[in-house]
Amino acid sequence: MHDLVAITPLGAAEPRVDTHGPVTLSEITDTALASVAARLGQEEQARAWLGTTLGVAAPDPARVGGKDLTAFWMGPDQWMVEAPYRTHEMLAPDLARQAGGVASVTEQSDAWCRFDLAGDGLADVFERLCPADVRSFKGGEAVRTSIDHLGCFLICRTPEHFSVYGPRSSAGSLHHALLVVMRSAH
Amino acid sequence: MMIDHPTLGPRDAAEFVYMGCASLINRPDWQAEDALQQFIDYGYQRDNPSGAHRELWFHEGGDRSWLVVTRDTVTHAITQVELARDVARREGRSK
Repeated sequence: MHDLVAITPLGAAEPRVDTHGPVTLSEITDTALASVAARLGQEEQARAWLGTTLGVAAPDPARVGGKDLTAFWMGPDQWMVEAPYRTHEMLAPDLARQAGGVASVTEQSDAWCRFDLAGDGLADVFERLCPADVRSFKGGEAVRTSIDHLGCFLICRTPEHFSVYGPRSSAGSLHHALLVVMRSAH
Repeated sequence: MMIDHPTLGPRDAAEFVYMGCASLINRPDWQAEDALQQFIDYGYQRDNPSGAHRELWFHEGGDRSWLVVTRDTVTHAITQVELARDVARREGRSK
C-alpha cells in the first residue's frame, strides 16, 4: 500500500499563517469543493434541488449562502459547493447522487487553494489587488475576479473575513501577491 | 469604457476580451452541400461598419460569460448588452 504524505498547496506539512499589521493570512486546507452545473433544460429543477440541499435558496449572481453546506455563484446556472472536508470527503459523489440527473457535479477540492484574510482594513488590501468593489461589500458577496493575473474567487464572509480561492498550481504566486499587498496596505 | 453586464452590473472593459463580430455565433452546418463556401465566408468575410456593431465579448476577468454587446464603432457608446446564450437560444441555436 502507498504511504503518501499529504502536503498543503504551499507544499508544507502544516497550513501556513502570516500576520502583518491588523490582517492575518491563513492557508485553509480543510474545505471540500464540488461544482454544480445545471443540465440543459433543467435549470429551474437544479436551482430548486440546490436550494433544498443547502437549506437556503441557491445563491443569486455574485452571492454566497448556506448553513452547513455553503455555495457561491460561479456563472449562469453554476455554483461551487463548500463543506468541511472532515465530514464531507465524498462531497462530489454524494451531491451527484442526490442531484438525480438535474445537475452535473464535479470534484474540485484539489484544483483550488484557499487563503482566508481576517482582520480590519481588508478593503485596503483588496482594492490594491483586484477591480472588485470591495468597499461596498457587507458580507455574502462572491465574485470571480483577477488577482495578480490569476482568475480567483473572492468571497466576503463578513467585511472582516474574506476568502480567496485561486488555482492550486499557482498557490505560491497568489500567496506572494497577497502578502506583498498586505505589507503595502498596512 | 464600461460594459453593463446583464447579471453583474457595470464592469470595466479591462475585465473583458474582445472576440469579434457576433455573427460568429452562427456557425454553419458542416454537412451542408456548400459547407466549404459557408465556412470560408464564416471564417474570413466580415463587415466593417462605421456605427452600430454587434460583437462578442468574453468576461475573462470575471464570471467567464460570453456577451453580445452592441457598440457604436465611432463613439464607443454601448447601447445593448445581452448574454450570448440568450441570443443563441432566441435564434434557435441551442436546444
